[in-house]
Amino acid sequence: MIIKILGSGCPNCQRLESNAKQAVNELNLADVVFEKVTNYAEIARYGVLATPALVVDQQVKLFGRIADVKEIKTLLQPHGSMV
Amino acid sequence: MSKKLKLYYNPMVQWFSNYLTYTLLNLQAKTHLADTVNFFIYDSIKIFSLLFIITLLMGVVRIYLPIQKMRDLLVSKRWFGADYLLAALFGAITPFCSCSSIPLFIGFLGARIPLGITFAFLITSPLVNEVALALFIGLFGWKVTVVYALSGILLGMVGGYVLGKLKLERYVEEYIWQTKINESAVTTGQAKNILRQVVREALGIIKKVALYILIGVALGALIHGYVPTGYFEQYLSANNLFAVPIAVVLAVPLYSNATGVIPIIQALVAKGIPLGTALAFMMATVGLSLPEALILKKVMKWQLLAAFFGVVTVSIIGLGYLFNIILPRLI
Repeated sequence: MIIKILGSGCPNCQRLESNAKQAVNELNLADVVFEKVTNYAEIARYGVLATPALVVDQQVKLFGRIADVKEIKTLLQPHGSMV
Repeated sequence: MSKKLKLYYNPMVQWFSNYLTYTLLNLQAKTHLADTVNFFIYDSIKIFSLLFIITLLMGVVRIYLPIQKMRDLLVSKRWFGADYLLAALFGAITPFCSCSSIPLFIGFLGARIPLGITFAFLITSPLVNEVALALFIGLFGWKVTVVYALSGILLGMVGGYVLGKLKLERYVEEYIWQTKINESAVTTGQAKNILRQVVREALGIIKKVALYILIGVALGALIHGYVPTGYFEQYLSANNLFAVPIAVVLAVPLYSNATGVIPIIQALVAKGIPLGTALAFMMATVGLSLPEALILKKVMKWQLLAAFFGVVTVSIIGLGYLFNIILPRLI
């Protein structure tokens, strides 16, 4: 699974990233790669209008707000190797 | 706030701040220090309760009208000019974060929304936001708040229209026109528990601005407590024609989340600075900032950036004069 955090590196993006990492840990997901996308042109290509955004396997799961660990866990589930 | 609620709420807050100031802290009444402390407590309580209510309301609005929906509405049909109003209104209800202005800019243009309309959104968004509104209601009352919000929307419409007419599309960085947006990729689910999400979002916003507000209120309270009434009148009266442009030009390099400035401005107004001049200063601080310009430089060539700042600066100066004429009659 490839998880991308879209954002210019503002504090919000960092919080989203750490929440996502914790969600991955709590779900015991294997083979997860984290990527940070800071290039604006690339961010825009995802159709995202507000950062930060969470992209899982090229699917935009969430943008414009920070989700907590619990919500990210539900967002990750359908992709997870555990399910 | 309804009249009845206000009738009970304000004296209650006043009683509480009196109690804290004179009884608990045991400060001598009628001294500068006591006035300052009392003011600080009273304003802080009032502002933070308003802030909570308004961020909640805005949060609910945004659940039903998220930004991608607004954009789709703008694209969906020909609006014959009403799209400027729509874009400015949308700008008013979205929370503004300068780190989001670039994806927004690209996303709007990528969806073939005209440059002028995009600017209408971009100009109003930082000016009218929930934090500014809460502070305005708490410090200046309803009438000034409505005038301010309407002016912010009007400013976006006029600025957007003028910038659109200038045909500046060639000064947008090329890569933006080439950006292909992969719409199908977006499937943002909504959080399951909407109420919880709204409350959490509201608290998140408040937490972010709390420190600025407290500092602003503290500085405002100091001015209230220590500066004699009418002190500034001698320097910056409404008759001084240069006061508005000077205030606006001074404000551009300042960066502030809108929030810190408002209590200070209110205190300055109480001490004799004309309200119109003060509002123009505040709009320039919030609407135009150099850090924001640096961010926007990534998507605009300097000609466009200069036109954007120029048009907005001139419009704010115009508004300042207008405020100075109409506000004293209104309030």
